[in-house]
Amino acid sequence: MSKPAIATTSLAGCFGCHMSILDIDARILELIDLVDFDKSPIDDIKRFSRTCKVGLVEGGCCNEENVEVLREFRRHCEILVSLGDCAIMGGIPAMRNMVPLEECLDEAYRSGPTVYNPSGEIPGDPEIPLLLNKVYPAHEVVKIDYHLPGCPPPAETIWQALVALLEGRPLDLPYELIKYD
Amino acid sequence: MSGTIEFFIDGRPVTGRAGQTILEAAEDNGIYIPRLCHMKGLTPYGGCRVCTCLVNSRAQAACTQPIAPGLIVDSDSEAVREIRRQIIEMLFVEGNHFCMFCEKSGSCELQALAYRFGITAPRHPYLFPRREVDATHAGVFVDHNRCVLCGRCVRASRQSDGKAVFGFVGRGPGRRVAVNASGGLGRTEAATADAAMRACPVGAILVRGEAYATPIGRRPYDHQPIGSDVEEGGTP
Repeated sequence: MSKPAIATTSLAGCFGCHMSILDIDARILELIDLVDFDKSPIDDIKRFSRTCKVGLVEGGCCNEENVEVLREFRRHCEILVSLGDCAIMGGIPAMRNMVPLEECLDEAYRSGPTVYNPSGEIPGDPEIPLLLNKVYPAHEVVKIDYHLPGCPPPAETIWQALVALLEGRPLDLPYELIKYD
Repeated sequence: MSGTIEFFIDGRPVTGRAGQTILEAAEDNGIYIPRLCHMKGLTPYGGCRVCTCLVNSRAQAACTQPIAPGLIVDSDSEAVREIRRQIIEMLFVEGNHFCMFCEKSGSCELQALAYRFGITAPRHPYLFPRREVDATHAGVFVDHNRCVLCGRCVRASRQSDGKAVFGFVGRGPGRRVAVNASGGLGRTEAATADAAMRACPVGAILVRGEAYATPIGRRPYDHQPIGSDVEEGGTP
């Protein structure tokens, strides 16, 4: 029987949570005995090739591409997990949520103290994904099954959660592994 | 008035002194009732409702409800825990609580309550309100993004400091803590050593120059849930 697959992605995140996945150290060898990686920046596979048992989502949704990828993850993953504070509450990118998008773009491309942009143009190339009005936590866009908080979540949290989910056990993290920082 | 009052918390017979609240009597018996707006030395406020218990089957704030003979207090059933969980989750979505860079993280009572209840994400949509930061005072800054309107600073300023630096203005969703000078905290008689500056359970009022002094792993709630001291120190 072939191994179950997992997929990971970083949406509006900083890849810190992926660093924390790698922080399981030598246990990554045990992990590849347990699973195959499908779509993930870790193996650089860009498209889903099958249904995955677990999908790990880092980061919230700040643009339309994030939403598209997140929906694709929901379609292809049996269990979808929000990994880290950005996926759970928007995180640092969500600090723009208190400011209207128009003002954000104006500050970044026109009136910011270090901006040099004589034409005053705001990038609008069709290749660039459109920004959303605000940054949305993953569970406000699709159904999320589990949340692993932390900035980033400790490697131990990720390891214990992954093994439990892959073995079909309930996820019961001890007190010290649920942290928001 | 007779001295000792007998009543029940979670089926356990407990005793308290006349005039005590349920929260105080519970604490004397080694039972921790979660709370946020309550602070020892300040008058009970009953604002945050995190201490909600079912008292003779009615939801009451344990920090303001006096004990009475034969009361049956439910403080640990799933129904009560769910009420408290909902309140804590609502507090998180109503403000802008960015724990990842907050100086208070690790010693924040709101965060510690969420840890104690095992909350991994709130079930309500985030509101991301636009709030102000007041950095006009040399020794203290006020970040309204993190304020949970517990009123501890308001009471501490009046009752402990004998000043009235902080007060509530506005109603309903517009309610916020204000200072008694139009130019911000720096124009008031607030002093860095005031009790009010140490009363904040979250990171809304912080004394400057003390950020991140305690390393991760040695902060109050890194290993032990909030209330552990009460649960260990009591005489059951």
